[in-house]
Amino acid sequence: MTITERVPTVLDSAAELVSPFRRWLAPASFLLLGLIDIFVLGTFSHSGDATFAFSGALDTVTVPNLTLAAAVTCYVCGGITIALAAAWAFLPFGLVVRRVTIAVVVFLFIVSLLCWADAGLSTSFSIVNLLQGTLAGSIPIMLGALTGVICSRSGVINIAIEGQLLFGAFTAAIVASGTGSLWLGLLSGALAGSLVAALLAVFAIGYRVDQVVLGVVINTLILGLTGYLYDGVMIPYQNTLNSPATFSAIKIPLLGDIPIIGPVFFDSTIFLYLTYLALAGVQVGMFSTRWGLRTRAIGEHPVAADTVGIRVTSMRYRNVIAAGVIAGVGGAYFTIGSVGSFGKGMSSGEGYIALAAMIFGRYAPFGAVAAALLFGFSTQLQSILSTLNTPIQSNLLLMTPYIVTIIVLAGLVGKVRGPRAEGIPYVKG
Amino acid sequence: MELELKGITKRFGSLLANHQIDLTVAPGQVHALLGENGAGKSTLMNVLYGLLQPDEGEILINGQAVSFASPRDAIAAGIGMVHQHFMLVPVFTVAENVTLGIEETGLAERDGAPSYLRFLAGALKLAGVLDRRRTRRDVRELSRRYGLDIDPDVMVENLPVGIQQRVEIVKALVRNAKVLILDEPTAVLTPAETEDLFRIIRQLKDGGTSIVFISHKLREVQAIADTITVLRRGAVAGDKPPTATEDELAAMMVGRNVQLRVSKTEAKPGPAVLDVDGLTVADETGRVWVNEMSFQVRAGEILGVAGVQGNGQTELCEALMGLRPTIAGTVSLNGRDLTRATPAQRLRAGVSYVPEDRQEDGLIGAFSVADNMVLDQYKQPPFASGIRLNLDAIAANAATRVKEFDVRTTSAQTPVGTLSGGNQQKVILARELGHEHKVLIASQPTRGLDVGSIEFVHRRIVEQRDRGVAVLIVSAELDEIYALADRIAVMYEGRITGFRPPTVPAEELGRLMAGGTEEAPGPGPEAATTEAAPEAGIPGASQ
Repeated sequence: MTITERVPTVLDSAAELVSPFRRWLAPASFLLLGLIDIFVLGTFSHSGDATFAFSGALDTVTVPNLTLAAAVTCYVCGGITIALAAAWAFLPFGLVVRRVTIAVVVFLFIVSLLCWADAGLSTSFSIVNLLQGTLAGSIPIMLGALTGVICSRSGVINIAIEGQLLFGAFTAAIVASGTGSLWLGLLSGALAGSLVAALLAVFAIGYRVDQVVLGVVINTLILGLTGYLYDGVMIPYQNTLNSPATFSAIKIPLLGDIPIIGPVFFDSTIFLYLTYLALAGVQVGMFSTRWGLRTRAIGEHPVAADTVGIRVTSMRYRNVIAAGVIAGVGGAYFTIGSVGSFGKGMSSGEGYIALAAMIFGRYAPFGAVAAALLFGFSTQLQSILSTLNTPIQSNLLLMTPYIVTIIVLAGLVGKVRGPRAEGIPYVKG
Repeated sequence: MELELKGITKRFGSLLANHQIDLTVAPGQVHALLGENGAGKSTLMNVLYGLLQPDEGEILINGQAVSFASPRDAIAAGIGMVHQHFMLVPVFTVAENVTLGIEETGLAERDGAPSYLRFLAGALKLAGVLDRRRTRRDVRELSRRYGLDIDPDVMVENLPVGIQQRVEIVKALVRNAKVLILDEPTAVLTPAETEDLFRIIRQLKDGGTSIVFISHKLREVQAIADTITVLRRGAVAGDKPPTATEDELAAMMVGRNVQLRVSKTEAKPGPAVLDVDGLTVADETGRVWVNEMSFQVRAGEILGVAGVQGNGQTELCEALMGLRPTIAGTVSLNGRDLTRATPAQRLRAGVSYVPEDRQEDGLIGAFSVADNMVLDQYKQPPFASGIRLNLDAIAANAATRVKEFDVRTTSAQTPVGTLSGGNQQKVILARELGHEHKVLIASQPTRGLDVGSIEFVHRRIVEQRDRGVAVLIVSAELDEIYALADRIAVMYEGRITGFRPPTVPAEELGRLMAGGTEEAPGPGPEAATTEAAPEAGIPGASQ
């Protein structure tokens, strides 16, 4: 017996090793979407046109409306999608091409969906409203996800984002209402978020409690606590303690006048601008500063960090507590940024969605925010479609964005590798 | 800088890891610390590096007593350490790893920079923005000065271990280390990489850095050290010059004469039993660990797989046992295809398996010796009837086996986790050899065992061969391969780079272990390949 004669081929990419299921998942789901475009959305469209509006009545610069023949557009979108599915299956697509393809397929699906929904209606469909709502509605998820990024990168799993949002919302409402100062409300909302974070830190880092269990327990605690205080304090004193004002929109000069982009990105409350600030801060901080380098080190390999003199435990405390401020602001948005009063359990699971966004976003600030926007978009689409007079149960069709999200992320993102020491308490020596 | 340790004593519970150790490291010298696994070398160095606090004794630098509460203090005092398990963040670049903890921030100052640039530099420094350019430059400069050949921008996880080790050395040098501790630096290196390391050590020494070189490999220590201190059972057994003979050093290390050869007769190989053809194994990330490997193991022969750890040996064994999916290729036993078989089916087909990590994969620590001995057969008669376990049969089996395999335990009901490594391995052997089998796969079968246990395990393995079992041994210790194998296969990066008879010189194996691409024969006699240290154990004493 000798060494095998064949020259061993080094398998140069993991793609060749991907299981058949993985390999066919993306093209198959594209095909399905294409067929839905044509046979569901196209066939069942009311005859007639769909009209899309890109500017409001009061805008200084206006963009003309776009009118499309609904059924035809659906057929075209479906055709392109099916062609892309075939191309994906049989052509060697690179990473960038794949991502662009996925984006295009999802975009075409949404166009078809909107054509179907708006076909034959006299009202035009406002794209600006849709995007504006998406951005504003995603604020708590985006901020929560950024908090999660900092905690995870430091090596602590933060399941308590939900609790941080809820307590931030409650505290902001009661303080803003009681003192009459929105800014004090915002500040105390932020502090409330970091108070919950401190609770998490003490038990997770100090007492090394299982972080997943701990997070869920904290969320339940906050849900119960705010519910109790709501019944006991807010209901009897509704007018003094639970009727805060809300921040009004600030239009950024010049930038706010750009068609489409202006109203969507630069004409919103302080919360959206704070989100930009948090995103930029976390991104730059995490990847370009001493703090970020050390944070990533204690989340990946705390022993290595310790041997070069970094104080792992105290740094984890500081990061987790400071990151709580971001989620606290996100929570404050519910009450003093949007609704104008506190309601029981009003964060309604968005903290958990933020957690999912963080993971789908690969623990990176931009990725997390993009994933948060995707979730926010789905929610916004649903709420707008439910006001239009659509032919079939919109709830049913609106599951598709979520399903698309899951499929696309399973196919595109694949296995996400989190920070290696995430969730593992550091014990010296 | 002169470093002196005086009367260092360190206890872990009732275990005396270091006892009244005195050690003086002269400036510009390579001081070797020689001792078996568990002799207390790593404990001593962790005390010196501030990772552990001594119970008694003191550390003197240039005659001044110092105390290190943490590595931070030790680093500040000019002590650097390259741990056996590297302290590198795998997803960081070389530059990021080097700079971690002593980050350069702001902008590098340039003469005559306009004032606004200086203001900007100040602002960036205040914000803690990293100055990556300066770190890169520092790494390049040190790399050039000591011939380290390191690219600052490569991700550490993509580097071979030999280069990762150099990154660790640069980390220490950037922090102005005057004394550099190298903990078992050659354990993971190929002979050629070891040669490179020695060149670097000599250069550092010429530059005035003192080196503490920890090893249990006699020849390496003889080749590189200026002074040798031998540790045994936590205490200094004596100091020797590098001119001391191997026998002298070995006797001092172990305290008695060592016999590593197993007496065995010529193999009488029968037909091929285990046939592996084109086996390819990858992990979850798609990285290929075993790449189109083909070999056969015949009845009545021992095939020894040699190679530096981490070249796919673990993955090969796991794939052969069905613990890891295969991408391509086939595994068959006496012509029966087992490629897709579950571990249970393989056991029943007659494969016995001694895993590499006995505590993790071989035993259930909290279970008794008796239970561990029937882990693979508890479902079958006589140990079970229907859904009921036959406890009497299990106890009787344990009693026989404990005697037969000389397991030193207070009772068969003792949790197996409390036994010593050698006795744990005997329990595994008792189980695996207890059922009918045609193939024995043993991975690192004597790692961390004392001399007596090594001898016992080796004798049992040869006995299996003589009974006509096809035996596959995977070992990183060349001595073990030489002692046992009738045929040697060398593994490198998931492939077999060559089959050789056991008469092959170690240099040739070393060349194959490094990929076999170099034309020149392997490096000199000090290479890692001829290491002759048995391993005795106070388990847990070395960190």
